[in-house]
Amino acid sequence: MDNKSRIAWNPYLAGALAGLLAVASVAIVGKFFGASTTFARLGGALEGSVLPQHVQTLAYFQKYPFKMDWQLLFLVGIAAGSFMASIWSGTFSLTLFPDMWKHRFGTSVVKRSITAFLGGILAGFGARMAGGCPSGHGLSGLMQMSVSGYISLVCFFLGGIIIARIIYGGRYEA
Amino acid sequence: MNAELWGGLITGILFGILMQRSEVIRYDRQVGAVRLVDMTIIRFMLSAILVGTVGIYQLRELGMIELSVKGTVVGTNVAGGLVFGAGWALLGYCPGTAAGALGEGRIDALVGMAGMLAGAMIFAEAYPYTQTGFLALGNYGRITLPDVLGADPWLLIVGVSLIYLLILYTLEKLKV
Repeated sequence: MDNKSRIAWNPYLAGALAGLLAVASVAIVGKFFGASTTFARLGGALEGSVLPQHVQTLAYFQKYPFKMDWQLLFLVGIAAGSFMASIWSGTFSLTLFPDMWKHRFGTSVVKRSITAFLGGILAGFGARMAGGCPSGHGLSGLMQMSVSGYISLVCFFLGGIIIARIIYGGRYEA
Repeated sequence: MNAELWGGLITGILFGILMQRSEVIRYDRQVGAVRLVDMTIIRFMLSAILVGTVGIYQLRELGMIELSVKGTVVGTNVAGGLVFGAGWALLGYCPGTAAGALGEGRIDALVGMAGMLAGAMIFAEAYPYTQTGFLALGNYGRITLPDVLGADPWLLIVGVSLIYLLILYTLEKLKV
């Protein structure tokens, strides 16, 4: 592991390549980037394994039945690609505490776990209500100049800015 | 595995590498953006969108692809968007970047993904109530900016691209 490989790639270049990748994906497989639908399909499958009769009464899960599809493999691929890249570059790090979090809130497992889980609930719920996440509404939506994409992406950031301000306060200490 | 599934896996791996090496999957980058102190993810996203918009509309003009636009419902787009944003700031990852963050060893991303599954289950219960009342307001269907403004897509692509470049230029000037 040399130090050079730890230097982050330029976000403009990496972003532009991600844009090309998104276009290639549409051209070759006909699939636009997205991620949150998979959480609905998996959530329904998980709940269905415990409460099959109840899930059958839920219109939403009937709309999104579980299936092994492009998007599920896309998410698996993201995790695998990130794993490989972090191993190659020596940036893999098994931790529950992001640096910024640790600096502000310390290393309480309970505090970080509850916040992450609650944040996940709101993010999962909100993305499904909005009809997409920063991949589907943000990247894919704006690439198509979709009106729902602009509205949702602006609201993602507005909601995020408000809550970040509440939990971290206004002052920034690096 | 068929071609579609392989396509998803390979695209995901490449996207995961790009996001991991540019660090946009990190909590510090994402919360840094909503704290308005580190706009790395905005640089990444707007660059992808700039390239992607031109590419998508070019392929569409060549008749090679069709758009796949999500429906606009102002009520759920706004309310869901704000709720998502709140959760995103608490967790520090969105659904796609949570998978990437898990790949580089971030256990809190796994906890967050469990929360997202729970959030989707709760939404399935609430779904009927989101189809009526104020949440259903502003249902305009699958519309794009060119549809709404009745303008040539390429003219609008030049317009939005200039806005994106102006935002990026401002971020460089502000050094965030």
